Amino acid sequence: MRNIVKNIKGFWAVSIATPIAMLAEVAMEMILPSLMAGIIDDGVNKGNMHVILVFGGYMLLVALIGLVAGIAGGVFGAKASAGLAKNLRGSMFRRIQEYSFENIDRFETSSLITRLTTDVTNVQNSYMMLLRMGMRAPASLVVALVMSFAVSPKMAMIYVYALIFLTIVLIIMLPVVSRMFSRVFKKYDAMNESVQENVNAIRVVKAYVREDHEIKKFRGKSQDIYKNFLKVEKLMTLIMPVMMATVYFSILMLSWRGAKLIVGGSLQTGQLVQLLTYCMSILMSLMMFAMVAVMILMSMASVQRISEVLDEKPAVSNPEDPVMEIKDGSIDFDHVNFSYLKNDNYVLSDIDLHIKSGETIGVIGGTGSSKSTLVSLISRLYDVSGGDVKVGGVDVRRYDLKKLRDEVSVVLQQNLLFTGTIYENLRWGDPDASDEEVKRAAKLACADEFIEKFPDGYDTRITQGGTNVSGGQRQRLCIARALLKKPKILILDDSTSAVDTATDSRIRRAFREEIPGTTKIIIAQRISSVSDADRIVVMNEGRIDGVGTHQELLEGNAIYRDVYESQSAGSGDFDEKEED
Amino acid sequence: MPGPRNAGRGVKRSAEEKKRAKEALGRLYKDIFSRYPIHLILVVVFIVLSVLANVRGTLFTQTLIDSYIVPMVKDKSHDFAPLLQAIRGVAAFYIIGIICTYMYNLLMVYVNQGMLRTLRDQMFSHMESLPIRYFDTHAHGDIMSCYSNDIDTLRQMISQAVPQIINATITITAVLISMIYLSPLLTVLTLAMTALMIFVTGKAASISGRFYTKQQSDIGELNGNIEEIMNGEKVVKVFNHEKQAIEDFDRLNESLYTSSSKANSYANILGPINNQLGNVSYVLIAVAGGAMAVSGFGSLTLGKLASFLTFNKSFNMPISQVSQQLNFIVMAAAGAQRIYALLDEEPEQDNGYVTLVNAREENGRLTETKERTGEWAWKHEHQADHSIDYKKLEGDVVMEDVNFGYTPEKQVLYDIKLYARPGQKVAFVGATGAGKTTITNLINRFYDVEVGKIRFDGININKIKKPDLRRSLGIVLQDTHLFTGTVAENIRYGKLDASDEEVIAAAKLANADGFIRHLKNGYDTVLKGDGANLSAGQRQLLAIARAAIADPPALILDEATSSIDTRTERIVQEGMDRLMAGRTTFVIAHRLSTIRNSDVIMVLDQGHIIERGNHDELMAKKGKYYQLYTGRIVNA
Repeated sequence: MRNIVKNIKGFWAVSIATPIAMLAEVAMEMILPSLMAGIIDDGVNKGNMHVILVFGGYMLLVALIGLVAGIAGGVFGAKASAGLAKNLRGSMFRRIQEYSFENIDRFETSSLITRLTTDVTNVQNSYMMLLRMGMRAPASLVVALVMSFAVSPKMAMIYVYALIFLTIVLIIMLPVVSRMFSRVFKKYDAMNESVQENVNAIRVVKAYVREDHEIKKFRGKSQDIYKNFLKVEKLMTLIMPVMMATVYFSILMLSWRGAKLIVGGSLQTGQLVQLLTYCMSILMSLMMFAMVAVMILMSMASVQRISEVLDEKPAVSNPEDPVMEIKDGSIDFDHVNFSYLKNDNYVLSDIDLHIKSGETIGVIGGTGSSKSTLVSLISRLYDVSGGDVKVGGVDVRRYDLKKLRDEVSVVLQQNLLFTGTIYENLRWGDPDASDEEVKRAAKLACADEFIEKFPDGYDTRITQGGTNVSGGQRQRLCIARALLKKPKILILDDSTSAVDTATDSRIRRAFREEIPGTTKIIIAQRISSVSDADRIVVMNEGRIDGVGTHQELLEGNAIYRDVYESQSAGSGDFDEKEED
Repeated sequence: MPGPRNAGRGVKRSAEEKKRAKEALGRLYKDIFSRYPIHLILVVVFIVLSVLANVRGTLFTQTLIDSYIVPMVKDKSHDFAPLLQAIRGVAAFYIIGIICTYMYNLLMVYVNQGMLRTLRDQMFSHMESLPIRYFDTHAHGDIMSCYSNDIDTLRQMISQAVPQIINATITITAVLISMIYLSPLLTVLTLAMTALMIFVTGKAASISGRFYTKQQSDIGELNGNIEEIMNGEKVVKVFNHEKQAIEDFDRLNESLYTSSSKANSYANILGPINNQLGNVSYVLIAVAGGAMAVSGFGSLTLGKLASFLTFNKSFNMPISQVSQQLNFIVMAAAGAQRIYALLDEEPEQDNGYVTLVNAREENGRLTETKERTGEWAWKHEHQADHSIDYKKLEGDVVMEDVNFGYTPEKQVLYDIKLYARPGQKVAFVGATGAGKTTITNLINRFYDVEVGKIRFDGININKIKKPDLRRSLGIVLQDTHLFTGTVAENIRYGKLDASDEEVIAAAKLANADGFIRHLKNGYDTVLKGDGANLSAGQRQLLAIARAAIADPPALILDEATSSIDTRTERIVQEGMDRLMAGRTTFVIAHRLSTIRNSDVIMVLDQGHIIERGNHDELMAKKGKYYQLYTGRIVNA
């Protein structure tokens, strides 16, 4: 809730003006019936043209005020709720930009997307409803009730009973309905999943001629939705007749008791008519109020999910008085332990590794040997659980985060590009890079050869996720992007797996010749990608199993030898791989 | 597809598009009516009855005062029996009204949900019949949203707008007749005001509709940005790109704020405008009618004027209510348009007539059998004389001068010639975009060749019924694609009536049995989200097992390239090799061992086969293959 209130910022005026305008509209609505009655009773029935004109004039005035108030309420309400939505999205987005990898891992990407989109829309809709109806419905309810009591407390009690009855009905029904709805939504999810599966796997479906099988499965899911939706809607249709019955019963009771009171002389005919007109407005307000309550109830889950994002504390933050200068590209791991969750088993244990500035280090090891984890500690994508990591002789936790990440350039395993031209994508590394600098980086990464073949060259647009270039091309673009930073340390996390062996070796040669001063860490599956490194680190189950040159490891390290033999025995890769 | 998804959807919708949306809506109404004629007729009847009962109820107040209370007060009578009688009578009308209201709402629930289920089922069945081309050329998110967003807009419209429109039409007609009866002149005045009302709301609704469209496209763009950045959040961090990301996001966020607040503003002011114009209409009638009554013009009595004013109110009310539904209707029309667009897509054509049947070979003669024999034959019914030939299914594939392009402008394959004898292994190698996948797309007719012929066991594949052709060809794709369900169900996908023993045998052949037994529930472990709980290697093993259980004579393999560690890779390789044994196999190869063990290697370059032969022959040639294999460029 606190998070919501904070994000009304900038839209307080409209947020407050909306209910006020709505109240003004209600007031005008309440005045109108008596003016209409006036026109009929004193004007039309008596044939008094003057009264008709006067009351008509009043009515027009009231209608005009009502119009202005109604429009104001509508416009302000729309502004306020759209504004709240904008602020919420903005706040969440900004907060997520402060997240560390640890925070990102905790929320799944798809869940972050839903929170930024669907949940915000839910809150926007209920906020608009709350502003426009939240005050209006209770106000007209109270006004009508007060007026009824003023006319005749005895008769007004009939409304109180009717209200109590309807409230009980709603209190019983609403939780049932909302439970049934959540079941419907689950069935919806199941159906969507089935559609998605079929759209994505249509080649498999067609290849196995399973169209009819899939249609049968889908029918079952569709039938499930039908059955559950029917059930809840049938229950919902009951609400209307129940409400009508209450209204009608109240009218009949009013008429019966009213007649008795009138005959008894304690009530005027006009007063009875007045009471009857309040009947509808009281019950309509109650229904409206119930609707607002339901919407707010349903959006509470969304508010909760939004708050989780906003309340999440970034796990890695800038130190006070940060070190702004990174001396060189040396890296020291001093007895480092690391686990992703607190008190969990270490995925890295007692890592002690010292890398000189300008050295080329290969890292090799099976899936789950924590190769990626090891290098992610260098640019503080995660913080160590024990021991420390130093770059240029200084603990990484003392550096300014931005400075550190500018000097330590990581090419992640997830080789993502973004919508935009190749120029724009590569300039992520350095926004101010000249065209020549961009081209030089591309050349270093052996990306220039295919970029120049594109009809639009460096202005070729990359589609979302970079799906219009092959896996190998994507990896080379990612390397070029990282090179543009001109970092002191360059880390390639399995970044040439889809590049053919020849190109892979040319990239490494370029590194050696063109950026000799940069410390290079290369994680790979292929022995050939690391065999010419100064030293190779063999990782196994979170520990360093061996460090040495290719020859040393072949002689002295069983794991390394095993991997080497399996790859040279003919199960290596052949051509450039593609991943689409 | 290049460009943002919603490009082209401008603020202004073209007249053409509006017309199409209107047509879609008309078609939807027709579909609803033809499917539920009795329901809808009953709905109309119940609505008429409930309107009448309600009118009778409304009039009661007047009767109560004029016919009972006033006389009783005048006579000082205390005999309430007639009043009680009257109240009982009205109560009966009320009950009828309530029952009718309930009935028509209930009927509409059945019509609504039934119609939506029918549409969903129709869409899905139709979707399954569409050619691969459709899926390759349409954004998957757009297809998905037909089932969720678009159906949802219809649900709101059918359940609310339809009964309200029927209700309003009946009420308006009844009231209009009464008004004309009371005073034609004042009716004209009322109608003039109503016309103004409709004009103004129409204007506001169309502006609001425009901004709604703008809002939808802004949402689309913002969601696209959010999706991209959230997926790439780690890259954003690594490149210190947070500030730039926030700037881009803010721009889109601001534009959504503008369109959203405008769209909602215009939608919100419809109600107040209608209400107040209704009041103005009331005043005008009171003044004009009063003047007429006082002057005695048009034989309008004061009593008639009072009644007319009541009618004026009940005439404008339903119009205002319906106009509030306009946005729903506009949105539903757009939804219906997209749904029908899907339903109108041309399904995959199949003019084949050669079928695959179980067969038994006796004394060199093939006969068709009902039971599964493990032997298969092509049943070829000649179109000229209806004589029937049987030909043994062996897996002999020939391509003759095949040319192909996905679009007429861009040819992908040129003069492809190849043959594969039963049991032979054919490997395709070459760079991305050389046309390897395209060739395999043609063999199982995911796409049809335009020039040239492909023969399977000597029969032109265009003559073979597609399902039968595909049954004879197993396929293991690079992206594995598993389905929600148990491990056993996923393997059984290749042969739906397979016994448990067969499933396990297939898993063993594919080398998958080992890891499956280590899963928590073994073969009954439920897989979710395309097998997200399995590793890439394990998913591949399941895909191999799935192909193995189908036991096809010919295979198409697209070797996966995802980074899996050496040990798992070896296990996958073994499974693949066992699957390929004894089958005609087309393999898009990435691994040295696969390529070396192939009978023929086709080297593709930009749609041409530039070299062919076995490993030794090609190495001796020192051409492109040699270059790819050794990673060395030959200076020719």
